[in-house]
Amino acid sequence: MAEERAQQSSSPVAGAEPVEMLLNMGPQHPSTHGVFRMVLWVDGEKIVDLEPHIGYLHRGSEKLCEGEQYNQVITLFDRMDYIANFNNEMAYCMAVEKLMGLEVPERAEYARVILCELNRIASHLLFVATMGLDAGAMTPSMFCFRGRERIQSLFEAVSGARMMHNYFRIGGLKEDLPENFNQLLTDLLPLIHEDVEESDKLLTFNEIFLARLKDVGVMSAEDAIDFGFTGPCLRASGVNYDLRKAMPYSVYDRFDFDVPLGLDGDSWDRHYVRVQEMYESLKIIQQALEQMPEGNVASSLGRRLVRPPKGEVFMRAENPRGDFGVYLVSDGTDKPYRVKIRPPSFCNLSAIKHLLKGIWLADSVVVLGSLDIVLGEVDR
Amino acid sequence: MLSIPILGVSLADFGWIVLGLMAMFGALSGIVLSLTWLERKVLGRLQRRLGPTRTGPMGLLQPIADSIKLILKEDIVPSSSEKAVFWAAPLIVVISAFMIWVTIPGTHAAVVKNLDLGLFYIIAFAVVGILGLVLAGWGSANKYGTLGGLRAAAQLISYEIPIIMVVVSVAMLAESLDIREVVNGQSSYPYLAVQPLGLVIFFIAGLAEVGRTPFDIYFAESEIVGGPFIEYSGAHWSVFFLAEYINTFAIAALVALLFIGGWAGPWLSGNWGIVWFLIKAYGVVLVIFWIRGTLPRLRIDQLMAFAWKVMVPLSFLTVVITAIYQFYDWPAWTLTIMSLVGLVAVAIIIFRKMVGPANQVAEVWARQQALRAQTAATEQRTTTGQ
Repeated sequence: MAEERAQQSSSPVAGAEPVEMLLNMGPQHPSTHGVFRMVLWVDGEKIVDLEPHIGYLHRGSEKLCEGEQYNQVITLFDRMDYIANFNNEMAYCMAVEKLMGLEVPERAEYARVILCELNRIASHLLFVATMGLDAGAMTPSMFCFRGRERIQSLFEAVSGARMMHNYFRIGGLKEDLPENFNQLLTDLLPLIHEDVEESDKLLTFNEIFLARLKDVGVMSAEDAIDFGFTGPCLRASGVNYDLRKAMPYSVYDRFDFDVPLGLDGDSWDRHYVRVQEMYESLKIIQQALEQMPEGNVASSLGRRLVRPPKGEVFMRAENPRGDFGVYLVSDGTDKPYRVKIRPPSFCNLSAIKHLLKGIWLADSVVVLGSLDIVLGEVDR
Repeated sequence: MLSIPILGVSLADFGWIVLGLMAMFGALSGIVLSLTWLERKVLGRLQRRLGPTRTGPMGLLQPIADSIKLILKEDIVPSSSEKAVFWAAPLIVVISAFMIWVTIPGTHAAVVKNLDLGLFYIIAFAVVGILGLVLAGWGSANKYGTLGGLRAAAQLISYEIPIIMVVVSVAMLAESLDIREVVNGQSSYPYLAVQPLGLVIFFIAGLAEVGRTPFDIYFAESEIVGGPFIEYSGAHWSVFFLAEYINTFAIAALVALLFIGGWAGPWLSGNWGIVWFLIKAYGVVLVIFWIRGTLPRLRIDQLMAFAWKVMVPLSFLTVVITAIYQFYDWPAWTLTIMSLVGLVAVAIIIFRKMVGPANQVAEVWARQQALRAQTAATEQRTTTGQ
């Protein structure tokens, strides 16, 4: 590949060595968000071409799912997109429920929505933190991590774990929310709002931040749709498509919230959309908390083994990174026959070559950061 | 008296200079230790953290713990590196950093060797440090290092010019290149009052010169992972670290000496003036830390454009207005006004052109508002339609 590339490249001086330099970025690099690797051909500070390499975090999750019982698979989904665990669990549980035609108790639905939206905020806070770090600002990351910490403490109170919750069950929840959950959440919301606002004020409209991100890594709406962009990356290009509005699942149709849209589809818009989404998520949580009924959260299946009927199902959910699709084939036993995942990060990452060609080396980390990939999900 | 013919100084003088150098080395090491502690604490407080707390009262022993850790670490020399260059680079950087301090006075008397061409000497040695960075980047046989070294060369040489021009304008005001004379020249008013533009240019260019945020481009951690320092570890790395902090303090000290009146201040006179000098220098250092805790990093092309399109012309402007003021022997406030006009020009240019799509802020807000109004209108239409 490298030799091919060297032959192709045109040199300004006839007969001279090509001026391009091959630069390996990752898998050990602080700004590749995990173990992503890019092989860059740079001409000075400009990126001429690149070759992305993925697979360093491949754990065979899809295959592992086939060996586990339906409720055990949830733990594997926690580890797909390890920044947004509840959202993954939600997508999987909804898929099995759809296959079985299972009703979920009202209270469980509300609890799921609250936890998912909190997880969305936690995920976006991490995005803002890393975006700031990629652009060289370290203080916003501290504010964001404080907010994340608070959210994770609540998760710990709810599920006993800070990241790998394993809390949702097919048809309900593992157990009811803690007794003081309403109080905890009411106390938490203004604090999170403060964290979001603080980092937002410090970073979003900072002149240097704008200069670094505006008009960098521009993705037109058509290109974004063609590349299969979903989630905030798609909405940053101005496409109004949010699964929570477009095909509401769970109880999302009962809440009043906006879908923030970007204007130009550049890195800054991808940042801006996510920041605005956090405020919208706070609105949803507030409403859900007010509407949440008392009652049962346990699955109507009781403690029986989950045995969906023969068949297949595809279910999508709006994850912090986009459409998280779960395709499930059941052969009537207590273990899935096949599980296929449509990870939003993978599709968003597929445009990396399109986005990075011809821009500055320093911008590569910013653009990659603005796509907000999680390698656990890309490689599965 | 016995004298060494080459240096032209007597043995006694030579002994005093050696003693002075050792005292300077000790003082600077203490200052670097205090700066590392201060930076951690200040950044911590800016970020609503505590900073170091575990090592001694208020974490005061943290710098010592850090240095012990760094010295005990394995010193790795990459097998493909150019060994001699790899070893020499940190020395060049740190020696030039120390050499600058030979002629920077703390008070009228507290100086190792006062030179009549002190400012000239400082500028000259500041450039030598760049050589060390380029060599470090190239010698470590790492592409990130090479990129960082080249960035360092481009950045530091570009920002050397505004520094030189501002120093020239200050020297014109004081009619001397001797730093003592510059400080004495500020006995009635500090040059900050007559040359605010010069102060701003000197401070910004100084930030770039020592690679502090937002100009930490040549070792940008998120892109080129430490740049020239990428392959250095242990004691070698700590030498770079030492040089960086000495240079930071040198810039702060020069700002204090050239613009804020050095060791002059109320109540304290004579050798006690060093207290004022330290207060002023540490004050400037705190501003540098504050900036580090607030701003993101610029990109290399933005940085170079800023240097050549804004800083260099404006630094020439400082020389020109100082010359006009000197030539016509106008009162001091005329220079202040001319300088402030230049400063407003900087602000506008930064805002409009270089760092600033600041007008984009307003534009983006307006467009977002329009979009929101539009969606609201559509929603209303659909609900009324139903």
